[in-house]
Amino acid sequence: MTLEHEERRRAFGFVAPALIWTCAFFLIPFAVMALLSLAHLEGRAIIQSYDLGNYIKIFTEPSFFKSIVVSLEITLTVTVLSVLLAWPLAWIIATQVPPHYQRLAIMLAVLPFWTSYVVRSYAWALVLGQNGVVMQGLIGIGLLDEPIQIMATRTATVIGFVHFFVMLLTLTIYSNLIQLSPNYARAAADLGASGWQTLRHVILPLTLPGIMTGAFLTFVLCIGDYITPQILGGNNELTMPQLIMLQLGRRGDFPMASALSVVLMAIVTLAYAATARWLKMERV
Amino acid sequence: MMQKSINAGLGSLTAVMLSTTSLWAADELNALVWCDHTDPALLEPFEKAHNVRVNVKEYEGTAAGLAILDQSRPGDWDVMVIDGVDVGRAVDEGRLAALPADEFDTGTFFPEVVMPENNTRDGVTYAVTEKFGYNTITYNAAKVDLEDMNSMSSLWSGKYDGRIAIYDYYLPLLGLLGLEQGVATSDLDADAVEALRDRLYALKEAAQSVSDVVASQTALATGEVDVVIGGGEWLTAVLAAENPDLNWSIPKEGALRWTQSIAVLEESENKDLAVEFIKYITSPEGQARLATSSCYWAMPANASAGDILTDDEKSTLRWDQQADYLSRTQLYPIPDADLDLAMQDLWTDMLQQ
Repeated sequence: MTLEHEERRRAFGFVAPALIWTCAFFLIPFAVMALLSLAHLEGRAIIQSYDLGNYIKIFTEPSFFKSIVVSLEITLTVTVLSVLLAWPLAWIIATQVPPHYQRLAIMLAVLPFWTSYVVRSYAWALVLGQNGVVMQGLIGIGLLDEPIQIMATRTATVIGFVHFFVMLLTLTIYSNLIQLSPNYARAAADLGASGWQTLRHVILPLTLPGIMTGAFLTFVLCIGDYITPQILGGNNELTMPQLIMLQLGRRGDFPMASALSVVLMAIVTLAYAATARWLKMERV
Repeated sequence: MMQKSINAGLGSLTAVMLSTTSLWAADELNALVWCDHTDPALLEPFEKAHNVRVNVKEYEGTAAGLAILDQSRPGDWDVMVIDGVDVGRAVDEGRLAALPADEFDTGTFFPEVVMPENNTRDGVTYAVTEKFGYNTITYNAAKVDLEDMNSMSSLWSGKYDGRIAIYDYYLPLLGLLGLEQGVATSDLDADAVEALRDRLYALKEAAQSVSDVVASQTALATGEVDVVIGGGEWLTAVLAAENPDLNWSIPKEGALRWTQSIAVLEESENKDLAVEFIKYITSPEGQARLATSSCYWAMPANASAGDILTDDEKSTLRWDQQADYLSRTQLYPIPDADLDLAMQDLWTDMLQQ
C-alpha cells in the first residue's frame, strides 16, 4: 500500500462520519420526499403512480402559484429592510461604541433572541392590534384619529420578521466590520476621499461578505417560516410553508406537501447560487 | 471504605433503575385527540386510578387524523376522538373496534346527540358521543347591534367590514354559508358547494382574518374583531368571566351542531384499558371535566354531568336553553372523500384571495 493511498484512506476516515450523517439525515430523506412528490392523492389514498401532476398543479393553480409569489415578496422585502436597518446598527456598534461596551451593545441587540419565537410573535400581535401600544400611541400624539389595521396584514408579518432578522444580520455584519483594519479608512483619507466616499467605496464593499451571508440566512429562514405569517398575517394570504402545513395537517396530502417542499428547496438553492461567491464564511 | 462507597453507589443505582423500571412497566394508553383532551385536569384522575400514563396527540380534521393512523405502525394508537359525523367513514375503513354496548349506558345522554345512526353499524356500537356544541355567530355584545346577530346575512351588509373573523375550518363554515343560502347541510353536494364560492369570497373580503381557535379567542378578547362566524360557546366560555359581553346566538337561518365521539381503534393492543378510558370520559365526572376543559368548553353528551357542574358553569354552557338550540341546529355536512377535497380546495382558494 503506497503512502498516498494510506493518506487517502485516513482522509476518508475523517470525512466519513459527516458523509454518513449527511446521507442518513439529508440525502436519503430528501430522495424519499422527492419520490413521494411524484405520487398523488386520490380520495384519501396515496397512489404510487409517478408523474409530475403535483408540480403542474403548483405552477398552474392560481392559489398554489400565488403562495410562491407571496413568499418571495415577503422574503425579499424582509431581507432588504433587515439589511438596511442592520448595517447602520452594526456600524455604530463597531465604530462608535467604545470597545469595552461593544459586547454589552451586541448583547442588548440580540436580547430578543432569548425569548421564544412563538411568544415573540404573539407579543407583536398584541402590540400591533387595534388596542395595542403602537395604535394607541399614534392616536395619543394625534397622528391618527382612529385605529388602522396593521395586525392580520402582510405589514404585521414583515414587522415581526424584520425585528427578528435585524438581530441576525447585525451579528454577521458586526463580526465583519470589527475585522477591518482602520488603515483602510486612513489610506482612503490620505488619498483625498471624504467620509462618505470612504464609507461608500471602501467600507461597504469590504463588508459585502457579512451582508450577503446574513442576507442569505435571512432569506432561507424567512421563506421557510410558518409561525410568523400564521400568527401575524391573519391567514389573509398563504405563504409556501402555510400551504405545506395545510396539505399535511388538513388534507393528509403528503405527495403535494413533498412537491411544495421540493420547490421551496429549489428556490433556496437558487438563492444560494446567486450569493455563493460571497458566502465564504471564513471571511466573515 | 472505598468498597463501602462502591456498594452504596451500586445500591443507589439499583434503586434508581428499579424505580425507573417500575415507571416503564406502567401501562400506557396512546390517544389521538382534540385539544380538549390534553388538559391534565381531565387525564389525571384516570391515570391515578389505573396507574397508567395517557399519551395524547392532538390533530385537527378527520382526514389528518386518519392520515396519522396511516403513517403509524399497527397498534400505535388505542383511542381516537373523532368528529361524530365521520364515525361511519372510520367504520367503513375498518379502523374502529366494536365496543361492549352493555357497558355504555346512553340513557342519561341528551337524546339528540346519542346518534345511533352514526355511532353504531348493524347493531354494533363503534363509538360514543362525548361532547357537543355549536358553530354559529359569536360576538361582542357591546360592539354590535344585537338585532343584526339574529341573521347571518348581516355579516355581508358592509356594517361589520373589517370587524369579522372567520373560524378557519371549512366544514362548519361551508355548512353555515349553505344555511344562509337556504341549503340544508345534508344537501351540500359538489354543485351546491361551488355555488357558495362568491358568497365565501365576499365574506373573506369583509373579514379581518381567518383564524384558528386560539387566534379567534385572542382577536375577540383584544377587540381586534367584534364578530366570529363559526364560533360558539367553545369560543366564549373560557373568556366569559373576563368579559361578559362576549356572547353567541343562533340566527334565524339556523346553525351547525358539532359532536365529537370517542372510539377504540381496531388495531389497539390495549383494548381493555381503552374501553376503561372511554367509560371514564363518558362518566359524569369525566364529562364534567371534559365540558370545562381548558382548551374549550362545550356541552357534555351525558346530562348526568349536570349533577357535578356548578350553576355558574351550567349557566355559561347555557344548559337550560339546550332544547331550543338542539331543535334549531343541523349536523355537519358529511362529504365523501372527493367532495371533502373539493371543499378544501375552495377553502384554500378563499384563503389566497
